[in-house]
Amino acid sequence: MQVIATRPNTLTDLNFTYCPGCLHGVAHRLIAEAIDELGMRNQMMGVAPVGCSVFAYKFFNIDMQEAAHGRAPALATGMKRARPDMNVFTYQGDGDLAAIGTAEIVHAANRGEHITVFFVNNAIYGMTGGQMAPTTLPDMKTTTSPYGRDVDDIGYPIRVCELLNTLVAPYFIERVSLLSPAEIMKAKKAVLKALTYNKEERGFTFIEFVSTCPTNWGLDALESRDWAREHMLPFFKVQNFRDKGIEEAK
Amino acid sequence: MAEKVLMKGNEAVAEAAIRAGCRLYFAYPITPQSELIEYMARMMPKAGGVFVQAESEIAAINMVYGASGCGRRAMTSSSSPGIALKQEGISYLAGANLPAVIVNVQRGGPGLGDIQPAQGDYFQATRGGGNGDYYTMALAPSTVQEFADMASLAFDLADKYRNPVVILADGLLGQMMEPVEFLPAKTEAELKELDNQHLDWCCCPNEDEPNHHHHEINSLEIDPVVLEQHVLRLGEKYDKITANEQRWEDYNINADNEILVVAFGTASRICKSAIDELNDAGHNIGLVRPITVWPYPYDAVYKAVGDKVKKVIVFELNLGQMVQDVKIAVNGKVPVDFMGKVGGILFSTDEVKAKIAENLEEAK
Repeated sequence: MQVIATRPNTLTDLNFTYCPGCLHGVAHRLIAEAIDELGMRNQMMGVAPVGCSVFAYKFFNIDMQEAAHGRAPALATGMKRARPDMNVFTYQGDGDLAAIGTAEIVHAANRGEHITVFFVNNAIYGMTGGQMAPTTLPDMKTTTSPYGRDVDDIGYPIRVCELLNTLVAPYFIERVSLLSPAEIMKAKKAVLKALTYNKEERGFTFIEFVSTCPTNWGLDALESRDWAREHMLPFFKVQNFRDKGIEEAK
Repeated sequence: MAEKVLMKGNEAVAEAAIRAGCRLYFAYPITPQSELIEYMARMMPKAGGVFVQAESEIAAINMVYGASGCGRRAMTSSSSPGIALKQEGISYLAGANLPAVIVNVQRGGPGLGDIQPAQGDYFQATRGGGNGDYYTMALAPSTVQEFADMASLAFDLADKYRNPVVILADGLLGQMMEPVEFLPAKTEAELKELDNQHLDWCCCPNEDEPNHHHHEINSLEIDPVVLEQHVLRLGEKYDKITANEQRWEDYNINADNEILVVAFGTASRICKSAIDELNDAGHNIGLVRPITVWPYPYDAVYKAVGDKVKKVIVFELNLGQMVQDVKIAVNGKVPVDFMGKVGGILFSTDEVKAKIAENLEEAK
């Protein structure tokens, strides 16, 4: 008998505690598979955020640190500086990274820290029950924008990849989506690339996953994918923003 | 004996930290501790260490968290308003059982306050400071020499108990120059030993397949029963620290003391000068100087209240914070009086003398 599919070694045996239809599990699996495939597991450590993926430290079967809300890139900076022989990634949601942790992500990127940041954008605070996120779309209803996000009052959603792409230091910035098997396969390639650059100590690498929140969007798994395709992808365009690896190879 | 060098407290504690094996320092500039961050910026690279000027105090303490979670000696420093910003991270360090050293070169507060020496962060340093049930050890130096010596002590205590340790200095100790004699720098072998002391729990390479370890650095326990056990274990640790680590200095404590003075840090220096002058004039005044303000040396203060002591007077550069601990220590045995100065202003020796003399009169 031949094993053709198995749980990645970089995931623990724990069952994910995410809601039905949530894509965190897919993102976790892509990262874990990539770490396995690149043989990075023994040297890899990660940082979990505050938010729905707060328990990521239980799910990744490597050494993990749990950060205060938004501080993951600062922890990762301390970790990488303390153990330059090891590799570090953070895993953060949109509230964590693009609101309370804005300073930490911008400055870690600006220093060109040799870390990989995985940013899951589903346009809402999931863990706390569906409040408005910095990435909540215009007119989108949440529990704290019950009449729809009023951009004249609270501003437009923040496009983090575009923001970080104004900085000189980042090495790799790409936005991918997780809305279909084909998009997941593309996302996997980006994850592999970012972690390869991480392994090769090229510099700061950043991946944004456009994701969903069926529970707080009030949709089922498939509807939420359609909703994301229709509403999120036009605003958060899937593309590579920066790949210094390609520039350097020229 | 090592050579004595004339140095500012801010620079002396930085040099001493490097000698004590600190190779990771993260901070943000603030007066009156900027010489510390500047010294680290100059000297850490020469020591093969890491210096990062963080984007904020919050980022700096979280960088310390990350480095400490990798088992390495890490430090940050700041002054009062900046220390307030670090309290989030200090609470997380305590909750995650992480060692770290935090230097607070106190200035006047609240809020932006001023940039002169003060002791207004006593409550913050001795009552945890952030959210939740926790304590940090708080060491209060009174000379530049002691400030420097505390770097090594703070790292040793932090590693021993896996708990953050605060060095509670002030702007005077940071800015003042005094002769300092340094402990020898850790050798390569000693540094290696330090690096390996926490491998059983910290983030570190994972070479032992299939016995792959999974270390979690974390202060989250969502199950109340599990969190209860975690906090109770923290409580046991604080009990142990309280039992083992109280430090203080007795100054002219004897059975014939008429008045007992209690003061820490810079305030205690001024009190000593006043006491010397009064004792030269025939009085008998004693002083207890808490060196650890947490754990507080309650028993030492109580025992110093001799049978002839009519009153205990507490001198602080704040509105009266430690006086609460002194009252707990004295436990009603004699009255406790207080004199404070705020706004970053020091009391003069004459003012301290006058306050003590007034009580000597009353006692007659």
